[in-house]
Amino acid sequence: MNTAEAYEANEATDTHSLEMLRVQDLHAFYGESHILHGVNFNVKRGELVTLLGRNGAGRSTTLKSIMNMVGRRTGSIVINGNETLHMKPHHIPRLGIGYCPEERGIFASLDVHENLLLPPTVRSGGMSLDEIYGMFPNLYERRKSQGTRLSGGEQQMLAMARILRTGARLLLLDEITEGLAPVIVQKLAEVLVQLKERGMTIVLVEQNFRFAAPLADRHFVMDHGQIVEEISAAQLPSRREHLNTMLGV
Amino acid sequence: MTMIFGVPLAVFMGQLTLGLVNGAFYALLSLGLAVIFGLLKIVNFAHGAQYMLGAFAALLGFRYLGINYWLALILVPLVVGGFGMLMERFLLRRIAHLDHLYGLLLTFGLALIFEGTLVNFFGVSGARYTTPEALQGGMNLGFMFLPTYRAWVLVAALTMCLFTWFMIERTRLGAYLRAGTENSQLMQAFGVNVPLLITLTYGFGVALAAFAGVLAAPLYPVSPTMGSSLLIVVFAVVVIGGMGSILGAILTGLGMGVIEGLTKVYYPEASNTVIFLVMILVLMLRPAGLFGKEA
Ligand SMILES: Nc1ncnc2c1ncn2[C@@H]1O[C@H](COP(=O)(O)OP(=O)(O)OP(=O)(O)O)[C@@H](O)[C@H]1O
Ligand SMILES: [Mg+2]
Repeated sequence: MNTAEAYEANEATDTHSLEMLRVQDLHAFYGESHILHGVNFNVKRGELVTLLGRNGAGRSTTLKSIMNMVGRRTGSIVINGNETLHMKPHHIPRLGIGYCPEERGIFASLDVHENLLLPPTVRSGGMSLDEIYGMFPNLYERRKSQGTRLSGGEQQMLAMARILRTGARLLLLDEITEGLAPVIVQKLAEVLVQLKERGMTIVLVEQNFRFAAPLADRHFVMDHGQIVEEISAAQLPSRREHLNTMLGV
Repeated sequence: MTMIFGVPLAVFMGQLTLGLVNGAFYALLSLGLAVIFGLLKIVNFAHGAQYMLGAFAALLGFRYLGINYWLALILVPLVVGGFGMLMERFLLRRIAHLDHLYGLLLTFGLALIFEGTLVNFFGVSGARYTTPEALQGGMNLGFMFLPTYRAWVLVAALTMCLFTWFMIERTRLGAYLRAGTENSQLMQAFGVNVPLLITLTYGFGVALAAFAGVLAAPLYPVSPTMGSSLLIVVFAVVVIGGMGSILGAILTGLGMGVIEGLTKVYYPEASNTVIFLVMILVLMLRPAGLFGKEA
C-alpha cells in the first residue's frame, strides 16, 4: 500500500480527504519569466472543474506546474493529502494523476496500440483495454496505424484513452476539444460524463465554454497568472454575460 | 578460373567477406551511437574509446585473470557498460541541461583521457589477442577460403544487431526508449523514471561498443588508438544512414562495409575515402540521411 492509499483508508471520513487537489499561492517560472503569480484553487473528489481564461492567461502552465514540468515553482500543491512541490516529476503521476497535454503528445514512433499501452499503471482499478476500445471504437479499428497518422480527433481520443488505462483518479485535461469537429466534441462530452459517473476528478482547461458549461461543477477564471473568479454551476446563468466579457468572447 | 569484372572470384569473395566483417563493426557501433543520440541528444565521442576499452578488457582479462574469450564476450560488455552508466550518472547528467555541444566536448575529453592513460601504460603498438581455438582455421567453400573467425564475427555481430532491434522495436522497455526519444518530458508526466532510462540507455550503447571491441580483439591489433580512427568512419556511416531508424543503421553499416571492400578490389586507391565520398553525395541529395526523417 503506498502512502496515498494509506491516507485514503485512514482518513476517508475526514473532511480533508474530500479534497483531491489543493493549490495554494502557486508561483511558476520558465527561466526568468514569472508566469503564475499566486494561484489558489481546490478540487473536491469526484468534482469536474474548469480553468477558463484568455490565451496566455496561464492555464496550461497551471497544469504543467502540477506535473512539475515547468522551470521552478513555489507555493503548495497538495494532491490526495501529499505535498508534491518537492517531488520528482515521475513520482507525481504515481499519486494517481493522468495528464493530457495541450499538444496531445501522440508518439510517432509507436503505433496506436503501443501509444495506448505506453503510460505505466499508476494505480489499480484502471479501465481495461476492452472497455477503452469499447468507448473509442475508432481506435480499435486503427490500432495498427502509426500514432500520428490518426486524424486530429482520433489523436485526441487516443491521448485521453491512454490515461484511462493507468488507474489515474485525477485527470488534468488541456484543451481537449481544440480544433475538433462538433460530433467529436459531442463524443468527448459523453466520455467526460461517463468518467464523472465512475468517480473521477477532472480539471478541464477549456476555450469552448459551450462544451464545458453543462459538465462542470465549478469554473475558475484565470487572468495574468492568477485565479480571478470562481463561479459555481448554479451561479452560471446569472453570470454568463459577465463571464463572456471577461473571456473576451 | 571464374572472373567477376576481370577479378578472380576468390579474390572478389574474399574482399566481400572482409567488407561485410568491417560493415558488421560499423553497424554495431553506429547502432550504439544512434541509440545514445536518440535519447540523450549527445554525440558520444567516447564511443571509439569504449570500443577500445572492450578490446583491452578482453586482452587484460585474459592475461591477468585468465578470463577466456567466451566469458569475455559476456562479462566485458557488462563491465564496460556499467562503467558507462557511472559516466552518465556522475558526469553527463551534470551537463544534460546545457547545450548538447558540451556533451560532445565532455565525451571527447574522456576519450582522450582513456586513450592517453592506456598509451602511458601499454604504448601505441598493438598487442595480439589469440583467436579462441574453436574459431581458428577456416573452411574451403570451393570458390573461396572462409576464415572461421570472420564468419563468426559476422554471425555474432548481426545477432547482436537483431537482438537490439528486437529490444527497441518489440518490447515495452523499447517503447519507453522510442517515446522518450520523442518527448522525454511527457514520459516523466506518465510516471516513467526518465533519468534511470537515460542511464540504462547510455550503458547499453556503451556495452554494444564494448561487445564490438571484444569481437575485434582477435582480428585487429589491440592498441589504445584502435577506436579513434574507426570512429571517424562510423560517424560518416551514421551521417549516411541518418539517425532515424535502427534497421537503417544496421543496413547502412553493412552496406558501407561492402562498398569499401569492393572499392578495394576495383580501385584500391579510393578504398579509404569512398565512404566519405558517399557521405558527401548523401548530404547533397538527402541531408537527413538515407533512413533519416526529412525535417
Ligand atoms: N516554455 C515557455 N517558456 C517561456 N514562457 C512560456 C512558456 N510556455 C508558456 N509561456 C508563457 O506563459 C504564459 C502562459 O502560457 P500558458 O500556456 O499557460 O497559457 P494558456 O492560458 O494555456 O493559453 P493558451 O493555451 O490559450 O495559449 C504565456 O504568456 C506564455 O507566453
Ligand atoms: Mg494552454
